[in-house]
Amino acid sequence: MKAGLSIEGLRVVFDDFVAVDDVSIRVEPGQSFGIVGESGSGKSTLLRAVGGLAPKSAGVISLIGAPDLPEPGSRAFRRRVQMVFQDPYGSLHPRQTVDRILAEPLAIHGIGDADRRIQQALDEVGLGTGFRFRYPHQLSGGQRQRVAIARALILEPQILLLDEPTSALDASVQAEVLNLLEDMRRRHGLTFVMVSHDLAVVTYLCDQLMVMQRGRSVEKLSADDLAQSRVAEPYTQRLMTASIGFRRDRTETF
Amino acid sequence: MLVVDDLRVSFPNRDGGFTQAVRGVSFTLGRERLGIVGESGSGKSQTGRAIMGLTAPEGRVTAKTLAFDGVDLINCPPRERRRLRGGRIAMILQDPKFSLNPVMTIGDQIVETLDAHAKVSRREARERALETLRQVQIDDPGRVYDLYPHEVSGGMGQRAMIAMMLVAEPDLLIADEPTSALDVTVQLQVLAILDRLVAERGMGLIFISHDLRLVSTFCDRILVMYAGRVVEELPAGGLKDAKHPYTRGLVNCLPRLREDRHPLPTLDRRPEWAL
Repeated sequence: MKAGLSIEGLRVVFDDFVAVDDVSIRVEPGQSFGIVGESGSGKSTLLRAVGGLAPKSAGVISLIGAPDLPEPGSRAFRRRVQMVFQDPYGSLHPRQTVDRILAEPLAIHGIGDADRRIQQALDEVGLGTGFRFRYPHQLSGGQRQRVAIARALILEPQILLLDEPTSALDASVQAEVLNLLEDMRRRHGLTFVMVSHDLAVVTYLCDQLMVMQRGRSVEKLSADDLAQSRVAEPYTQRLMTASIGFRRDRTETF
Repeated sequence: MLVVDDLRVSFPNRDGGFTQAVRGVSFTLGRERLGIVGESGSGKSQTGRAIMGLTAPEGRVTAKTLAFDGVDLINCPPRERRRLRGGRIAMILQDPKFSLNPVMTIGDQIVETLDAHAKVSRREARERALETLRQVQIDDPGRVYDLYPHEVSGGMGQRAMIAMMLVAEPDLLIADEPTSALDVTVQLQVLAILDRLVAERGMGLIFISHDLRLVSTFCDRILVMYAGRVVEELPAGGLKDAKHPYTRGLVNCLPRLREDRHPLPTLDRRPEWAL
């Protein structure tokens, strides 16, 4: 069963600072949606608000696509919506083995058969049995990110929130993790919401995307629009130029 | 200007032996932009740090030749080394959040560099610091001079660091991932500033980065490093004609706009590349 995500008029305020200002998106079940923007644009905060990690000041977040879907904030919602964070060096408990890290979400949600599920989750992300009783510091960055993905998938969620899942990784490892994510999405019929500053990475995984700047949505477009350069906003245009590289003859446009 | 021949950097490991991080790197550098690219652990940063004389104390640096403008950097006395470092060879580090002094204003940090390398009066030092801030395209240098690093954005902090390194007018600038902590559009602005200054002053630049695309569009010449060695040297824009399977693999595994490749090709590391 698939679920989608709808956000209407979301607003996140920290003291006097408006981090996310009246943003609405609709992600259909099974779709993969990208959010692009620079630091401070509110893209990660938006994702965190969906996951319940940032305070919501106004707006409605809800699951769509099936009857009787749980409300945000409930345990059932959290089981369906899981998150993978940017930095695999910071998001795994340094004093817990991979086994313990993966057992925790199962214990929280009262799911039995932990042994088999952990083994299966590790197999799925391409880590063999040999990794099960290792500590995070004994793993490379790419392996850690695979553990983080396994931790999110072990609850069999329908929506995966991805916050810059590959930006801390080397280019060759990034390719492996992107392929893994795509494979997982196909296999489990997952819905992705992915945040990144890299247009090429976002368009690789996502068919629809939104560009954010200073907490607001500046443009929504499809990956095809982007590939054909059908871009309306100058800001999106600048992001596109930046993803091509340095051009000595174009420095005045940076 | 800089001659590096068979540079090796090694660190003691737990078994009582040494692990070589850099294994025989050789190149010469004139007044040009040289890029060093590689993934984490390839030894690119250690190469830069060895030239700068910033290898951690337990590390061992050896080379047949490591000479800057005729000065032997391996055997020169520490006093001479200190005079060069920051004076004639300067280094820009990755993240202004961590590499600037958090309890000193930006202006004072720039003046500190000047004090260490030139005899100038307070008034002249301030003027030169303001002038350098202007050169890195900071619109209101008077205001930024009195700000602390936490009060400025990442891009502004990185410009301040460039100003700090350039105020002593070095001949060689080593930039270790100078734009990796910055947003993509800010990256290019900072690079454009760096590019202009390097061209105007005729400095040599060593640009160390993991970002193949950025380096290949910015530098005159690129060294690709893998497992402590240079596996390939490429001219600017010669990325398409790369011969080494590692370089080609690295180019191939990047997702690109306007291209539909699913799944992405991955890099199949061969043990013989590391020999």
